[in-house]
Amino acid sequence: MTDRETLKADTESPSSRRRFIWGLWLGLGGVALLEYAWLIADFLRPRKKLADAVEAIVVAGPVERFEPDSVTPFPQGKFYLARLEDGGFLALSRECTHLGCTVPWIADEGRFVCPCHSSAFDIRGDVIDPPAPRALDYYAVRIENKIVKVDVSRPIKRPAFDWDQVTRV
Amino acid sequence: MTDGEGRTEERVGFLTRVWRSIVRGPVVPRDDRDRKWIVVNNLILHLRPLQLPAKTLRYTHTFGLGGMSLVLFLLLAATGILLMFVYEPTPERAYGSILTLQNEVLFGKLVRSIHHWSANFLIAIVALHLLRVYFTGGYVAPRQFNWVIGLFLLFCVLASNFTGYLMPWDQLSYWAITISTSMIGYVPLAGDWLQRVVRGGPEIGSATLINFYTLHTTIIPVTLVLLMAWHFWRVRKAHGVVVPRGADEEPDEKPERVLTLPNLLLREFVVATVLVAFVMVFSVFVNAPLDEAANPGMSPNPAKAPWYFVGIQELLLHVHPLFAVLIVPLLVAVALFLIPYLRYEKDTSGIFLMSREGRRSAAIAAAAALVVTPVYILIDEWWIDFGGWLPGLAPVIGNGLLPAAIGAAALLTFYAFIKKRFAVANNEAIQASFVFLAVAFTILTVTGVWFRGSGMALVWPWNL
Repeated sequence: MTDRETLKADTESPSSRRRFIWGLWLGLGGVALLEYAWLIADFLRPRKKLADAVEAIVVAGPVERFEPDSVTPFPQGKFYLARLEDGGFLALSRECTHLGCTVPWIADEGRFVCPCHSSAFDIRGDVIDPPAPRALDYYAVRIENKIVKVDVSRPIKRPAFDWDQVTRV
Repeated sequence: MTDGEGRTEERVGFLTRVWRSIVRGPVVPRDDRDRKWIVVNNLILHLRPLQLPAKTLRYTHTFGLGGMSLVLFLLLAATGILLMFVYEPTPERAYGSILTLQNEVLFGKLVRSIHHWSANFLIAIVALHLLRVYFTGGYVAPRQFNWVIGLFLLFCVLASNFTGYLMPWDQLSYWAITISTSMIGYVPLAGDWLQRVVRGGPEIGSATLINFYTLHTTIIPVTLVLLMAWHFWRVRKAHGVVVPRGADEEPDEKPERVLTLPNLLLREFVVATVLVAFVMVFSVFVNAPLDEAANPGMSPNPAKAPWYFVGIQELLLHVHPLFAVLIVPLLVAVALFLIPYLRYEKDTSGIFLMSREGRRSAAIAAAAALVVTPVYILIDEWWIDFGGWLPGLAPVIGNGLLPAAIGAAALLTFYAFIKKRFAVANNEAIQASFVFLAVAFTILTVTGVWFRGSGMALVWPWNL
């Protein structure tokens, strides 16, 4: 048989060995595709910040500097330090839980009001007015030698305020 | 010397031979045979049909909207490439480089304005193009799948505008992107993960900007070019756009055809020239907006999403985020994809608004939406409070499922009403529902853009 006849016969009724080899090539092509898909997915995965593992501590100041029932903003740490009526501390994230706008503290009204969709939160971060679906996130607070320190590495999500979240002297 | 056809080839110079190797046929056509030859043998022109039904040339059939979209895309590509020579995609330098562009680069402001306005016009034009195709029945077989490609093109255009919105890194872009990417967080299960992928980390920063920049300048434009080529080629495979006909006319099986060159190409060239001139003049007189540099510590009041997402933002004020950002848009998208694949009782392709009954029911639907949507917005603002009335209910049900179910029931009732009272077949009732939703979404957008002031409270536009 000439080459041409071989090729023609193969195309019309390929032998099982030929078919197997074609399948093998197709399979290999599929594997190559998967490899590259995997490579691309891993390449694009958001990088972990090194700081994630390490604690990022913001020293807020001595305890007596904060009046009970007051809110002090810490723009660098992106949080508000609230001292509740009973003297306990709560570090509130300034990000609205609705869509991430920054909520300013309106001292006259004693509430946080979001400029984006007018959600409102009280001094404990609890929702007074929707659409915000849950209370403001908070950060862990530690008091060492009467100095208030806030760990801003990770905001803690919560559905609503609970007394466990408060740090006392 | 003779070639295959027996003609004698004269001895010619080097440059002539090079020229003929590039252009292998006539440049200036002398007859119809030449014109066909040019369209078939040109890489770009061969995406177009060789000849097309004469009736489809009527300007008021298509308004040239598809062609306009292509022209705007080309303008965007050209000005976008120029901008890339000046723009620096880092949070530290982005805003500064825009200032450099505007203040120190000759025509910098103009190029940025052309880019900005072309992008905004493009959204409006592709939306109108979608409406045109829908209302002339351009999604009926054999054009079903081209409707689907068109929808993907629409999503790419939206994504392109959205990613471009972040580039200036001013207050406007920073907070619009904050709001929009926070919306992603409400997707159940995968929300947090998706949001991190889009932002390139937990918050908006340099990773977000470089992500958006790469999407905006490479991935989306390349996808758009490929999809557009496919879209145009499928128009050719369907022998041009849908042939218009009157409400009582049968479809014309053998419509009179004319050559694409010059009939269609000449008309397209005129539309393109007028559009380019319009964008140019508009951009000379109206500058692209630029706010102050982004300040992550202070949300402006009010903070609004880009105008094409303001309809969804308005929806957010009324229903639970899960429904406003995921379920409702997803249902609408699924409905859009299903449009060409629904079972219709009759073939209305080519008839503007389907039939006389179709026109009447579409007008009723538009009027109903014009009344119902503002009324709903007002009573929801001042009266409805499912959360307060039913305190035991979870917000996702009270503020989400309940209003959504009421809305769906209202739409179904409306569909049944139109079907019974005004329609000849299910075609008209489906069209009426489409019109209702389109008008309602337009009103939501208009409300969000012109009637929402400080704290997203309802205000008159002149008090904004």
